[in-house]
Amino acid sequence: MHIPLDYETLRVIWWALLGVLLIGFALTDGYDLGVAALLPFVGRSDEERRLVINAVAPHWEGHQVWLILGGGAIFAAWPFVYAVSFSGFYLAMFLVLSALILRPVAFKYRSKKPDAAWRSRWDWALFVGGLVPALVFGVAVGNVLVGAPFRLDGDLRMTYEGSLLGLFTPFTLLTGLLSVAMLALHGAGWLAVKIEEGPVLARARAIARIAALLSLALFVLGGVMVAKGPMGMALTGLVDTQGPSNPLLVASVARPGAWLANYGLHPWMIAAPLLGLVGPLVALLGLARRQGWTTLAGTALATTGIIATVGCSMFPYILPSSIDPRSSLTVWNASSSHLTLFIMLVCTIVFLPIVLAYTAWVMSMLGGRITLRDVRSNPDFY
Amino acid sequence: MDMAVIELSRLQFALTAMYHFLFVPLTLGLSFMLVIMESIYVITKRPIWRIITRFWGKLFGINFVLGVATGLTMEFEFGTNWAYYAHYVGDIFGAPLAIEGLMAFFLEATMVGVMFFGWDRLSRRQHLAVTFLVALGTNLSALWILIANGWMQNPVGATFNPDTMRMEVTDFSAVLFNPVAQAKFVHTVSAGYVCAATFVMGVSAFYLLKGKWTNVARRSMMVAAAFGLASALSVVVLGDESGYTLTDNQKMKLAAIEAMWKTEPAPASFTVIGLPDVAARTTHGAIEVPYLMGLIGTRSLTGKIDGIQELVLRADERIHSGLVAYDAVERLKRNRTDLAARAAFEAHKQDIGFAMLLKRYVADPRQADDTLILKAAWDTVPNVPAMFFLFRGMAGLGFGFIAFFGAAFWCASTCRFRRRWFLKLAVVAIPLPWLAIEAGWVLAEIGRQPWAVDGVLPTFLGASSLTVPQVWATIIGFTALYGTLAVIEIRLMLAQIRKGPIEHFDSDQEDATQPHAAGFAPLPAE
Repeated sequence: MHIPLDYETLRVIWWALLGVLLIGFALTDGYDLGVAALLPFVGRSDEERRLVINAVAPHWEGHQVWLILGGGAIFAAWPFVYAVSFSGFYLAMFLVLSALILRPVAFKYRSKKPDAAWRSRWDWALFVGGLVPALVFGVAVGNVLVGAPFRLDGDLRMTYEGSLLGLFTPFTLLTGLLSVAMLALHGAGWLAVKIEEGPVLARARAIARIAALLSLALFVLGGVMVAKGPMGMALTGLVDTQGPSNPLLVASVARPGAWLANYGLHPWMIAAPLLGLVGPLVALLGLARRQGWTTLAGTALATTGIIATVGCSMFPYILPSSIDPRSSLTVWNASSSHLTLFIMLVCTIVFLPIVLAYTAWVMSMLGGRITLRDVRSNPDFY
Repeated sequence: MDMAVIELSRLQFALTAMYHFLFVPLTLGLSFMLVIMESIYVITKRPIWRIITRFWGKLFGINFVLGVATGLTMEFEFGTNWAYYAHYVGDIFGAPLAIEGLMAFFLEATMVGVMFFGWDRLSRRQHLAVTFLVALGTNLSALWILIANGWMQNPVGATFNPDTMRMEVTDFSAVLFNPVAQAKFVHTVSAGYVCAATFVMGVSAFYLLKGKWTNVARRSMMVAAAFGLASALSVVVLGDESGYTLTDNQKMKLAAIEAMWKTEPAPASFTVIGLPDVAARTTHGAIEVPYLMGLIGTRSLTGKIDGIQELVLRADERIHSGLVAYDAVERLKRNRTDLAARAAFEAHKQDIGFAMLLKRYVADPRQADDTLILKAAWDTVPNVPAMFFLFRGMAGLGFGFIAFFGAAFWCASTCRFRRRWFLKLAVVAIPLPWLAIEAGWVLAEIGRQPWAVDGVLPTFLGASSLTVPQVWATIIGFTALYGTLAVIEIRLMLAQIRKGPIEHFDSDQEDATQPHAAGFAPLPAE
């Protein structure tokens, strides 16, 4: 079969699509996570909490698919990354999974009984189900930046030499907190367009202001630590960007500060960190003027910029090894075969626009702010 | 490798997959039954059918959410617990999983929100279209996951690449149109339809026995009887035995199901029941039907069905051949341009997986002697007694469902479901489809052992490099979490069933003008 795109181009496209998927997840399911984590703070009474829950209730199932698709697409396009990260971060993955299983169940089951103790238990499940994934995903990204302690043997079997607690270092806690602040901000941004003016929205705005400032501060601090800290990696020798996906064929060397090198090589990439800085400011502007859509645009820009910054800084690395630089996974050595990347690209080009179209249709059809009156009267509400 | 980690990982996978598959079959079938019920509502415009649709829709929702939530575990578990498997076959196996997300999960999960929240915002036809899209999405997801699973059973369209040390796709359409996958898809979704029909039948029968909601129950039973009879016929007639003569490993599975130790002259007889004896390699007290097996298995009077001993000898030959390929790969690792090694590899690459069976006993398979190779060849025989009895349990239940729905059909036309013995039977029958379905899943998966991917990758090589305490921690964690959720789910289901098809009222409902106000009235019994 003739493949009209060369292997190198397909690998770069799939690197970009990996970013699109992660950003797609953070923009959609991200606000569900943020809203769930904010739930106990913005909603005081049962009615207020139902207002918050129903702001995301019709959409969370669809949004969660971004995560499932993310898992499937990494498996299909970057099987090494899937295998190494999921098994390496084993117990952390379990924590995330349990939280993510608890959350949908809580959405659905909370409303099934009126009694206060039942509902308060599910409120906690929602809070945990929002906070824990947001935190652990951030910690995981921090560990990706630092490098994970794994090595590959001659059969390309991976052994991991870290532990669950080893994932939590000052730097990765910072990225974890940044992730929580960013998604809480985005969650509040969603509430700003989705629920009526009132005490709940006022509390969401107050928290959003703090989250925006915190996002800015942590993002800048994180940037300084990336520049000065012991992380970064560079390829040595000739790299065959069209070569077989075998990490052992490409040599890497640890080089602190190398994560900033791309901004010199490709100045356009500076757009990503700039968005990460401008986004929270736009959100603050929207909050001050009480403009819901401006706020949401700002929180979405912030989320996009912050995630894109990680990808751009590390290119062509996807998952470096902190103990054996030779095993590091890059765009050039960790992908699927040429044919699989092409077939998956065709599928994505065909289906992703369809998905986006009907998601937009659903969003508009179920659009409009919801009110406490809706919560009281609509029998289909949670 | 640590065999304890492998066994525990298998246990965890089995627990999480079987748990996940408690919810999926009901989703598969109930979604289409909702389409049928809602279609009747759209055509007749009678509010009773709206109430019926919304009532089963509520039960669908309680069930759907756990299917979605536990599906997440499945999507991640290939990476967390089967990392080497994920690396080794991700190039092929990952694609259907990703396409499943793109094509099916998004559709069902996005539309299910509209299905629940869009009753007042959509026209009748639009809402029906949304319900149909939910059903289509759930069934498409079954198609893609079974294409993935079918490839594990019959790995077509792929070959080993020594440069990347993994399997890579060569012909994607062969993966898509894999006959094993197609047979599995039809068989599995039909089983889901039987499950949903039995569920609707049983719950409705419970109402009829109690004399409650009889107008809803009787109509639901009509739909369930028709849908169930068609599905029960489909699940048995289109059972996936048809794919069992394709490859050596599929043939081994068939031989194990029949406990057929030696090749018989064609057409082989079918063993209805007996006691397989693994040590003596014979089946005691077998009751046989002449010719039947040959007919089912090969669809002909002359087709031969291979016995276990012949298949083991063939596996022995393939291990010898695979060792040549294995040696060639080791030489290629040292020198990628070694032409002699590449030629030897090309000649024997289809058997390289068989050489890896020896890794269970020796680190370097090339060190193995002939006795060890024969021992590894005998490893290709799955657990015969388990296969033998699980198949008979599953198939027996399958024929039982045909009889049950046949009786339901008769009961519908002659007595409008007034025979109490039948209603009691319908209630008792509720859990049976789940038994048959779980048995079928175990049968398919242990039938593939010792392989994760038939003839390509032994299961024991597929696991991640984890420690025993790590895997125990997650097994205990999943068991606690899943156990709690199961208790909650069953209680909510029972509460919803007890409550019945009443539409919920709030105190200030009176002033709300509902477009379909008639549909919200509680319904008295007929």
